[in-house]
Amino acid sequence: MNTTYREAVREALRTAMREDERVFLMGEDVGHYGGCFAVSMGLLDEFGAERIRDTPLSESGFTGAGIGAALNGMRPIVEIMTVNFSLLALDQIMNNAATLLHMSGGQLSVPLVIRMATGGGKQLAAQHSHSLEGWFAHIPGIKILVPATVQDAYDMIALALADPDPVLVFENPLLYNEKGELDTHAPPLPIGKAKTMRSGSDVTILAYGISVFKALDAAETLAREGVEAEVIDLRSLRPLDDAAIIESLRRTHRVVIVDEGWKSGSISAEIMARINEQAFFELDAPMERVCSAEVPFPYAKHLEQAAMPQPEKIVAAVRRTLEEI
Amino acid sequence: MEIEQARRFYTQMLLIRRFEEKCVELYSYEKIRGFLHLYIGEEAVAVGVMESLTPEDAVLATYREHRQALARGVSAASIMAVMYGKREGCCRGRGGSMHLFDTSKRFYGGSAIVAGGLPLAVGMALADKMMQRNRVTVAFFGDGAVAEGEFHESLNLAALWQLPVLFVCENNRYAMGTALRYTQSQTDIAAKAASYRLDAAQVDGMDVFAVAEAAAKAVSSVRAGNGPAFLECLTYRFRAHSMFDAELYRDKTEVEEYKRRDPLIVLRRQLEEAGMWNAIGTEEIEAEVSAIVSEAVAFAENGTLEPLEDLEKFVYSPEAIA
Repeated sequence: MNTTYREAVREALRTAMREDERVFLMGEDVGHYGGCFAVSMGLLDEFGAERIRDTPLSESGFTGAGIGAALNGMRPIVEIMTVNFSLLALDQIMNNAATLLHMSGGQLSVPLVIRMATGGGKQLAAQHSHSLEGWFAHIPGIKILVPATVQDAYDMIALALADPDPVLVFENPLLYNEKGELDTHAPPLPIGKAKTMRSGSDVTILAYGISVFKALDAAETLAREGVEAEVIDLRSLRPLDDAAIIESLRRTHRVVIVDEGWKSGSISAEIMARINEQAFFELDAPMERVCSAEVPFPYAKHLEQAAMPQPEKIVAAVRRTLEEI
Repeated sequence: MEIEQARRFYTQMLLIRRFEEKCVELYSYEKIRGFLHLYIGEEAVAVGVMESLTPEDAVLATYREHRQALARGVSAASIMAVMYGKREGCCRGRGGSMHLFDTSKRFYGGSAIVAGGLPLAVGMALADKMMQRNRVTVAFFGDGAVAEGEFHESLNLAALWQLPVLFVCENNRYAMGTALRYTQSQTDIAAKAASYRLDAAQVDGMDVFAVAEAAAKAVSSVRAGNGPAFLECLTYRFRAHSMFDAELYRDKTEVEEYKRRDPLIVLRRQLEEAGMWNAIGTEEIEAEVSAIVSEAVAFAENGTLEPLEDLEKFVYSPEAIA
């Protein structure tokens, strides 16, 4: 079926709640408002206010409550309005969700799902627009999923709920209206598996989230120049699919990483380090990356767009890898 | 006053006292390292509150939680083994003094983020309410936690959703080394809690019977479905905050003053007045407690170390795709 990313997430939530009475959704404006991005619109009518639970603006409080409910037998889905607000819940995510299993010597597992909006491009300035999923991927004990496609928008809810440990799912609101094919019966590609979105033999472009589509755009441009780029959707930033990255590199010998996070200390830096450790001699050119400029995101459209990865920047980065021969 | 209850209170409080005195000794021998936060002087709070709980109820505490763990029935041997960093301890060498967990006793730690356990308690109570389980969740925390946002967020959520949770504030008058009057505009913590529209009471935390009575009332209200309750227990920490604390922030005379209100002395006086002191068998209790502590030390001494190959175990669940 052809549907939107938003509808795919909603359908995944609906299916999960129908199938498992332990599942409930909790967050700011998820109920009566219908979700700040209208993802949960209509779910309050179907499931009631107990399971589509509006919360006060208390990110730490309700994220912690999600952890507590998970410890006590529920399968909560906590929605945080935007990634910058998740910093108010960082104590709970890092000091509790990520650590309880280890500190308790394996006694306490935290089957919690946290969904949040991420990414720039909506002219919302420096407290609504960042991409901090790479930051969260630094933390052992949690998993980081970034659905780019409509299929993954659907599948990753179920994958996250089925996981016994805390899983953070980062959705880019610019994707909510995007349409794509959804097969609700297809077995989902597991957590930790990257997906090849376009095959090519000249260069590997690694991307995640909305940047996957920018990479595909760049690949089309490059194809007109006779350069065949392989585009890989990383899907999961923790765990990272090292094997898929290295396998592609062994065929293309060139890598460009697209990462909407800031360059310094980013997930792209981690991927470069892993390639360096595991496949340095496969490289025919220095690795390239296209990241966000090192600024708090500005409001003005031209400034914001200039701060973010764009297809033309990806094309230029690919060309640089080819020049190095 | 029943003799069995009096005996139980005295035994538990003495166990906590002797266990912690032994911990201090072991710390000086470097058997225990890291932080060690002692509860000496505050025993009546944990023991009094725990009296009203069933095995189905859940308990969350802070980094000063040996006492709640002991009062909840976590074995002294298991706790001591944790402090020795041994695998036989309840968290296999991972948690240490500040992070004790025992799900078999529904004891959920052990949080060193002072108000960090409160949202968890709210969530546990939420789960019980949604699943219609008649259980109470108790969250212990100190007066320092009252200044944290998570305290206010948690009280609001619990009262808003009418959750079966009992908040127990152990007000020992100092957030580490800073007196409450230097950190709070309103030092009446129960009054502050009551502003969230939950039943809040204040009790003498040096009197185990008073604590038990107030806790029984609060727990039965929570269990009856009347929403959360709040209990502020006024107490005092006789020892330093941790083993690194030189105690420059309070007068020795103040400490001595409170030591006259030592919960063990208060209990003794009450039992003497009731003519029960000689009947509870204090010598046998002392011997019994001493044996438990000695066995705990022997258990920890004879424990084994978690193998280094298991260093990264328990980061993700074994059944998960890591």
